[in-house]
Amino acid sequence: MEFINQIINGLSTGSMYALVAIGYTMVYGIAKMINFAHGEIIMVGSYIAYVCLAFYGLPIPAAIIISMALTACLGIVTEKVAYKPLRGKGSLDILITAIGVSYLLQNIFLLLFSSSGRTFPNIIPAGNVNVGGLSATYITVITLVVTFICTGLLLLFINKTKIGKAMRAVSEDRQAAQLMGININTTISLTFAIGSGLGAIAGIIYGCKFSLINPYIGAMLGIKAFIAAVMGGIGSVPGAMAGGLMLGVAESLTISYISSDFSDAVVFGILIFVLLVKPAGLFGKNVREKV
Amino acid sequence: MLLKVDNLIVNYGMINAIKDISFEVEKGEIVALIGANGAGKTSTMHAISGLIPSKGTITFNNKEISKIPAHKIVAEGLAQVPEGRRIFASLTVADNILMGAYLRKDKEEIKKDRQHVYDLFPRLYERRHQLAGTLSGGEQQMLAMGRALMSKPKLLLMDEPSMGLSPILVNEIFDIIREVNKEGVTILLVEQNANKALQIADRAYVLETGKITIQGKASEVAANPLVKEAYLG
Ligand SMILES: Nc1ncnc2c1ncn2[C@@H]1O[C@H](COP(=O)(O)OP(=O)(O)OP(=O)(O)O)[C@@H](O)[C@H]1O
Ligand SMILES: [Mg+2]
Repeated sequence: MEFINQIINGLSTGSMYALVAIGYTMVYGIAKMINFAHGEIIMVGSYIAYVCLAFYGLPIPAAIIISMALTACLGIVTEKVAYKPLRGKGSLDILITAIGVSYLLQNIFLLLFSSSGRTFPNIIPAGNVNVGGLSATYITVITLVVTFICTGLLLLFINKTKIGKAMRAVSEDRQAAQLMGININTTISLTFAIGSGLGAIAGIIYGCKFSLINPYIGAMLGIKAFIAAVMGGIGSVPGAMAGGLMLGVAESLTISYISSDFSDAVVFGILIFVLLVKPAGLFGKNVREKV
Repeated sequence: MLLKVDNLIVNYGMINAIKDISFEVEKGEIVALIGANGAGKTSTMHAISGLIPSKGTITFNNKEISKIPAHKIVAEGLAQVPEGRRIFASLTVADNILMGAYLRKDKEEIKKDRQHVYDLFPRLYERRHQLAGTLSGGEQQMLAMGRALMSKPKLLLMDEPSMGLSPILVNEIFDIIREVNKEGVTILLVEQNANKALQIADRAYVLETGKITIQGKASEVAANPLVKEAYLG
C-alpha cells in the first residue's frame, strides 16, 4: 500500500513536470528552438497568482485566469522581442539569448520580492483522500485531475481543431504550411501562449504543493521538465506527458526507498538509459537535430 | 496578364541563383518552365510564392505581390504544388485537404470543392482516413495537387509534378493538369521532363543557370534544335 501511495505521489509531482514539459516540447516542435527561459516563465506565473491572492485577495479562479493570461502574454512578448529577431540564426545565439532572458526574469523577481521566498496562500485545504487503505493529500489528487483535464483539452485542440491541425502542419513543414496560407508568426505566438499558460498552472500547483515560492523555483522545475521532454521525445506532447510522469514516479520512489540525496542521480540515470536505448526519446519519431 | 515577373533576382548568400529574369503568364494558359538540375526553377517558384526573398517585381492579378508575406499570397489566389510534394505526413489525407482550404470560410463551397478533388482523385477518397505519410509517391503527388486546389487558386504553380513517378502515373497526372486547366485554373508548370511539359503547354521558357535563354510557343520551343539536343534527348 505504501508503495502504491508513493506511486500516486510520484504521478502527481510528475504531472506537474508534464505540464511544464509540454511547453518545452510544443515550442520545440513549432518554433524549432529550446526555450530555456520556460522555467522562469513558470516562476512568474506562480508569483502573479501569489500577488493576486495575497495582495489583492482575489478569488481563486480569478487569480488562476489572470496568472495564465499574463503569463501567456509574457511568453508571446519574450518570443517577439528576444527570439524572433534571431530566427534563422544559429541555435547557439538562441540558447545564449534564452539564458539571458532567464536571468533577466529571475533578477527582476529578486528585486521585486527578494530571495527570501514567500508563503503561497493555502488555496487547497490540507487533508487526505482515503480509499481502501490508499491515502493521498487533496493537493496530490487535485494536481492529477487538473493536469489530466488540461492535457486532455490540449490534445483535443491539437488533434481536432483546424488551428490545432495547422500547428501540426507548421511543426512538420513550415514552408508548406505557409503555402496553405497559415501565418507562421501567429502560430508561433499561439504556441508560446499555450505553453506559458500551462506553465502558469504548473507554477500555481508548485506553490500549493510546497507552500513556499522564490525566484529560483523556475530553474529547478525547468530543468527537470526539460529532461522529461527529452526523455519523452522532444516535439511530442504525449511524450512530454509520459516523460514527466516517469520522472515524478522515479523521483518519488527514490526519495522514499533509497534516499533523497540520490533522486537527481536517478533522474539523470534514467535519462541516459532512455537515450541509450531510444535516442529520439520514448515517443520520438526519428533522430533529428541533436538537442 | 495574370502573372508578370520583371527582373527577378534571387541570391543565396554569395550564390546568384536567378540572374534577372522576366516572364509572364496569361489567364487560362499552361506555361512551362523547363531547365536542367540547378537551373533555378524551384528558386523562381519560391520567389513567386514569397517563401524566399527576391529582388524585382512580381505582379499577380494587377497587384504587386513581391513584398507580401507567403501566407497572404495564397489569399490572392496563387497556390503552389511544391517540389517533392511536401504533404503533411502526420496528418490524415482528409486533414491535408482541409489545410488547403485553411483561409476559406465558405463551408458549403469547401465541401463541394473537396468532393470535386475526390472526384478528380478517387484514390484520395478511399484513403481519406489514412495518414498522408503512408501514401505512395503517386498518391502523395495527387494529394499535393488536391490540397493546392482547395484554396481555389486562379494560378497554380507546379514544381516537377512528374518527379519519381512511373510513366503511367506521369500520364495520369498530366491528364489531370490539363483537366484542371480546362476548368479555368491557369498553370505555371516547372519540369525536367521537358517532353511531357511541352506537349501540354501553350508557351514555354527555358531556364539555364539562372537566365532565360529560349522562349516562345511550346511547339516552337520543342522544335528548337538546341532544346531538342539538350532537353528532349
Ligand atoms: N537554400 C539554398 N541555399 C543556397 N543555394 C541554394 C539554395 N537553394 C538553391 N540553391 C542553389 O540555387 C541554384 C538553383 O537551385 P534550384 O533549386 O532553384 O534549381 P532547380 O532548377 O529547381 O533544380 P532541380 O531541377 O534540381 O530541382 C542551385 O545552384 C542551388 O544549388
Ligand atoms: Mg527544383
